[in-house]
Amino acid sequence: MIIAEGKPLAEVAGLIQGARKVLVVGCGGCVTVCLAGGEKETGILAAALRLLRQKEGNPLETVEVTLTRQCDPEYVDMLEKYVTDDVDAIVSLACGVGVQFLAERYNKWVVPALNTKFAGGTVEHGVWEERCGLCGECILYKTGGICPIIRCSKSILNGPCGGSQNGKCEVNPETPCAWQLIYDRMQALGKLDLLMEIQPPKDWSKSRDGGPRKVVREDVRLA
Amino acid sequence: MQEFEPKIIAFCCYYCAYSAADLAGSLRLQYPANIRVIEMPCSGKTDVRVLLEAFEDGADGVYVLGCMEGDCHFLKGNFRAKRRVQQAKKILDEIGIGGERLEMYNLSAAMGPRFAEIAREFTERIRKLGPSPLNKKYASANSRKAGEQE
Ligand code: SF4
Ligand code: SF4
Repeated sequence: MIIAEGKPLAEVAGLIQGARKVLVVGCGGCVTVCLAGGEKETGILAAALRLLRQKEGNPLETVEVTLTRQCDPEYVDMLEKYVTDDVDAIVSLACGVGVQFLAERYNKWVVPALNTKFAGGTVEHGVWEERCGLCGECILYKTGGICPIIRCSKSILNGPCGGSQNGKCEVNPETPCAWQLIYDRMQALGKLDLLMEIQPPKDWSKSRDGGPRKVVREDVRLA
Repeated sequence: MQEFEPKIIAFCCYYCAYSAADLAGSLRLQYPANIRVIEMPCSGKTDVRVLLEAFEDGADGVYVLGCMEGDCHFLKGNFRAKRRVQQAKKILDEIGIGGERLEMYNLSAAMGPRFAEIAREFTERIRKLGPSPLNKKYASANSRKAGEQE
């Protein structure tokens, strides 16, 4: 899922300074699971913003709505009845994708309440770690299911580098060396010979090269 | 000029504080009438949003009462409550209302006298802090008071 984290309250408040009425919009997708932008966090943020403004003697009206997902037009459409003329701004607690979908659909000042961090998973309740760098051409089958692109600080394909020390990465001694993990895993699987093969440079044209990416599935298109 | 009487909300776990309040009553213990008791099934029901909304609705102070650590009927509810209270304190600090207006206490159902003592302690703390910055009615009463002293 996409992992995000709330922006500081003062920053969000600053983004809607002039507004009298705002929609505070949560998302039922990834950010609900990573406890950053679900219904609960939406309620807390709305209450905190109201309190802050009440204290400043400049009361704020909030309307809270949590959409099933903000990255799907069919759900974004459901916000329409709340986007009335008197709404001055929309505060989105989705990832950057959701914020943009709201901004594209509605002619309002849309601001992000979260910082979108990475694609990752829950390692324990309240702790999330990055696992995938969204490189566009997955090579996990070469590395025993451990991603060298994002979990190796240098994204090297023929690791480890000389900085691998006692299983830790030289870039951050708190981080396990991805290539040590890959080696150990391949050894356990009896597939060390696969690591002997020298990997050619990765084809980065499938990744960030060439501007925003797009996936089209003709078989499921409706129009 | 009337003295500031804080409005205080006490969120009480059913298994400890709520019974302790009952006991305090049976023992005919006196404690300030400033506190409004709200029963919770467990202090683990504590919700940051509800704590904030208590202030929005006019509370000058709020506290949560849970069982002694290790004695929660649902095992860990009071630990969860403690962290949520910490989180809400942080938000109150950021807003400028002040985290010290919110507190978490632990006690058992047998501690009627402690219930009354906490009520006195906390009421005293809020009395010293003065009205919540959101409660303008008192704030203006206060400024009038300041004017009189001049
Ligand atoms: S190889 Fe690419 S797609 Fe696969 S996990 Fe790593 S970054 Fe993600
Ligand atoms: S020490 Fe390991 S994780 Fe760190 S850069 Fe080198 S190979 Fe990558």
